[in-house]
Amino acid sequence: MDRCDKLVDVGRRQFLRGGALAAAATATAVALPATPAKATALARIDYPSNRLGNVSDLKLNEPLDVTYPDDSAPGVLLKLGTRVEGGAGPDGDIVGFSTICPHKGFPLNYVAADRTLNCPGHYSRFDCEAGGQQIWGQATQNLPQYALRVDDKGDIYAEGLDELLYGRLSNVLA
Amino acid sequence: MAYKRQIDRLPIIPADAKKHNVTCHYCIVGCGYHAYTWPVNKQGGTDPATNAFGVNLAEQQPAETEAWYAPSMYNIVRQDGKDVHLVIKPDKNCVVNSGLGSVRGARMAENRRSDKTGTQQQRLTEPMVWRYGTWQPTSWSDAFDLVARVTARVIDKDDEDDLFVSMFDHGGSAGGYENTWGTGKLYFGSMKVKNCRIHNRPAYNSEVHSTRDMGVDELNYAYEDYTLTDTIMLVGTNPLECQTNLFLNHMVPGMRNGAKVIIVDPRRTVTANACEVEAGAENVLHLAIKTGTDLALFNTLFTYIADQGWVDKDFIAASTLQGDVAVPQDEAHPAALGSFEMARIKCKMSLAEGASITGLAEADIVKAAEWIAKPKEDGSRRKCATGYEKGIIWGNDNYRVIGALVNIGLATGNIGREGGGVCRLGGHQEGYFRPSDAHVGRPAPYIDQLIIGGRGKVHHIWANDHYKTTLNATEFKREYNRRTNMVKDAMDAHAGSTREELVDAIVGAINAGGLFSVNVDIIHSQIGQAAHVILPAVESGEMNLTSMNGERRLRLVEKYMDGPGNAKPDCLIAAAIAQNLERVLREEGRDAYADQFKGYDWKTEEDAFMDGYHSGNPEVTYDRLRAMGNNGVQEPVVGFENGQLVGTKRLYTDGKFTRHGREDGKALFCGGEWRGLQAPGKAYQRDNYAFLINNGRANVIWQNWFLDKANDFVSDRFPIPFIEINPEDMAELGVKAGDLVEVFNDVGATQALVYPTPTARRKETFMVFGAPNGAQGNIVNAGTNELILPNYKHTWANIRKISDAPASAADLSFKSMEYSAG
Ligand code: SF4
Ligand code: FES
Repeated sequence: MDRCDKLVDVGRRQFLRGGALAAAATATAVALPATPAKATALARIDYPSNRLGNVSDLKLNEPLDVTYPDDSAPGVLLKLGTRVEGGAGPDGDIVGFSTICPHKGFPLNYVAADRTLNCPGHYSRFDCEAGGQQIWGQATQNLPQYALRVDDKGDIYAEGLDELLYGRLSNVLA
Repeated sequence: MAYKRQIDRLPIIPADAKKHNVTCHYCIVGCGYHAYTWPVNKQGGTDPATNAFGVNLAEQQPAETEAWYAPSMYNIVRQDGKDVHLVIKPDKNCVVNSGLGSVRGARMAENRRSDKTGTQQQRLTEPMVWRYGTWQPTSWSDAFDLVARVTARVIDKDDEDDLFVSMFDHGGSAGGYENTWGTGKLYFGSMKVKNCRIHNRPAYNSEVHSTRDMGVDELNYAYEDYTLTDTIMLVGTNPLECQTNLFLNHMVPGMRNGAKVIIVDPRRTVTANACEVEAGAENVLHLAIKTGTDLALFNTLFTYIADQGWVDKDFIAASTLQGDVAVPQDEAHPAALGSFEMARIKCKMSLAEGASITGLAEADIVKAAEWIAKPKEDGSRRKCATGYEKGIIWGNDNYRVIGALVNIGLATGNIGREGGGVCRLGGHQEGYFRPSDAHVGRPAPYIDQLIIGGRGKVHHIWANDHYKTTLNATEFKREYNRRTNMVKDAMDAHAGSTREELVDAIVGAINAGGLFSVNVDIIHSQIGQAAHVILPAVESGEMNLTSMNGERRLRLVEKYMDGPGNAKPDCLIAAAIAQNLERVLREEGRDAYADQFKGYDWKTEEDAFMDGYHSGNPEVTYDRLRAMGNNGVQEPVVGFENGQLVGTKRLYTDGKFTRHGREDGKALFCGGEWRGLQAPGKAYQRDNYAFLINNGRANVIWQNWFLDKANDFVSDRFPIPFIEINPEDMAELGVKAGDLVEVFNDVGATQALVYPTPTARRKETFMVFGAPNGAQGNIVNAGTNELILPNYKHTWANIRKISDAPASAADLSFKSMEYSAG
């Protein structure tokens, strides 16, 4: 958890220095059981299947703070209201993203007006409706997106990531 | 769907990995990086003792950590013939970037050719010649022999005007002191080639003649001046996208220290937005002038500042010419140069006039003058650091506009002082060391027009792609294809003949109006499609390379990998051409001429460096530069003390100005009055076409996309160049986001994807420059200034829809590029 707090702190400092009005950073970690580290000899990482919430927890265009694949990796779940590629749930409109900027690791903030995640570090922007595509910015990758599964009860599970998370050389720490 | 690499982990750099100094070879900022390499069968671990960072990598690392690298910073490449892992990551201890990487530089590793990971397969690996109707791989000796034999047929002692040369003059990439010297020694030393041009413009000329003629080198400050200043003035430049870490690591701290910002640009860029975020909107003055009216603005500011007495009288008296005109206006000088008083008379422009020409409010011009020069309440002078770039370099009336801007810097004593400077921000790094180019003359020959007009017989091209980055490109391509095809036809007709017969056939085609084209490049470029011989070069990092950045910071990039196939450094290619010319000329009994091509017995790029740069800067050697690391030394190097090279933080601190070569060390002012849209044909386009097609760079793409067109991350974002259009204009045109439109006018046509841009002014679009599949140069007319400086920025055209978004563009984001805090 400390590492995670450190990320949030940097972001906050940045907001103050920048003189920008800070929207609450979305990086507050929700306490969820961390996945125990596993020794693995597999060619690819084994991602945990973590329950991040239930469809009923989501309000249209309001970010729900989550973490994945462990509690030092903040992220967000969103119900966009329109079907998007990679969207899960009955309406194909639920998406999840890491909220650590893949440029230098500052916490992203959600701008509901145009459904983007924005970085106070160096102004990068990611489009939540376009698979986390970097609209503009200094990161050299698009935003890591969760592979989501929604079960019959409406529980939302994250089961993988499609890009390397900032600050770790293995998406699942070991 | 956005491009994702599906990389879930990366090999860890082991504690004993090799570490090389690297300066980013893309833009002029020259950020420090390190290249780590280690054997492909080894890896580091998460335990602090087993990785290069000495930290526990089993934990999440914090923001701005040194102990992380993105997948784009990793690759597997060849080094000394063996496969190695490669990580190229930003250097926190480099004062230029303090650990920041940009979206361009932080993809250096991914943009290396790798036969293991499949990246940059477009890189050339071996020489090729036109044979049997296509390009066939061949040996260096065969390729050089053909180049030398054909070239020798069109040149002679003191008669080299039929050899046309297009050669880069920059640092970084595949430029640098080694390679400009290699090519320079060949064409300006052994030969005196007059018909030559530079990589991004159609003549061999300075982009900033006037500031040099005034005595002021265009790179005169240190980047730290932006953190020490009261006002940052940005003219025709968009540093957040084009010099990213100069903006982030120097200008932003300057704003946080309280600097105000003046931005002169007809377009609202992301730089303007970021300045508002950092400095507060009340401390940012965006002067959105009518395009091309910079000269009127600067002359008005100069007049107003002088009239208020906000000038540095002592500085003007001590450091600038007293009297009247020192250099009269003539063919080589598009404005007279002389004293402050002379310029005051010539440049005089009232607030009312200035406001009406620029379209600005008088009050905003006054505010700008106050932010630049009004003394502070305690009477002390304000400091102002000024950066300018292509908006005026490739804009209207280059000579006078840059002169007028430097006038303001000189009048206010802002050159050679802390927190000052009037500097170009630059494109590539610099790295120019060549014999004199005085024989080229001024104005220099307009090469591209001469080629269109049928001149030139042999064309040597060094990393120039006219097809993407010239003006009047539509006509140029048509003629170039026609003339080079004549030679290809002749070669095809003589398949199976001897070398002598082939050379005769080529010369026959040349004499009938054809052109023999030799292309030295790292990829098979667009103009390279017309070539008869293609010679593969290496880039920075595949060779040792020295360059300097925008504050004259000289560094050595250490070779960290092998070049692709048997590609060679340009300097060694130039040396081999010289040696082959010597051999062929001797065979032909032309000994006196052959003797001119001696002196190229270089084995390595270091030999070329010693023969060139070192000969003029005897303190500087590879070993000493290596020891200076990523912080290097700022040129000029003035000594070597205590094991360190001693450099020069900023120029002209002694108040003596020397760039014009005047013995008295006095700076000159420029007396250039406003004269409207200067270049031929510009006013016609403005009056006859609906849209301004402003153009420039986009953040994610480096230069003319030569590597980025084969980079998945970039081509996913912009498969086709975009054009920013105001949504109301879009409605009138009946186009929507992502539609493919044709942009056309009297000189040609090109294409782009519509990017809705509410901040764009009506009828003023912005298009990405230099794109491989939508060359903006197709629609730029041939008009230049008197010294053959192109005016790419002033182009007007009509727009029509070609089609709905192509599949590659259908899912792209077309949201605003401006950061929002929410
Ligand atoms: S700002 Fe320029 S030099 Fe620095 S990393 Fe980016 S492209 Fe390279
Ligand atoms: S940390 Fe997000 S843009 Fe730099």
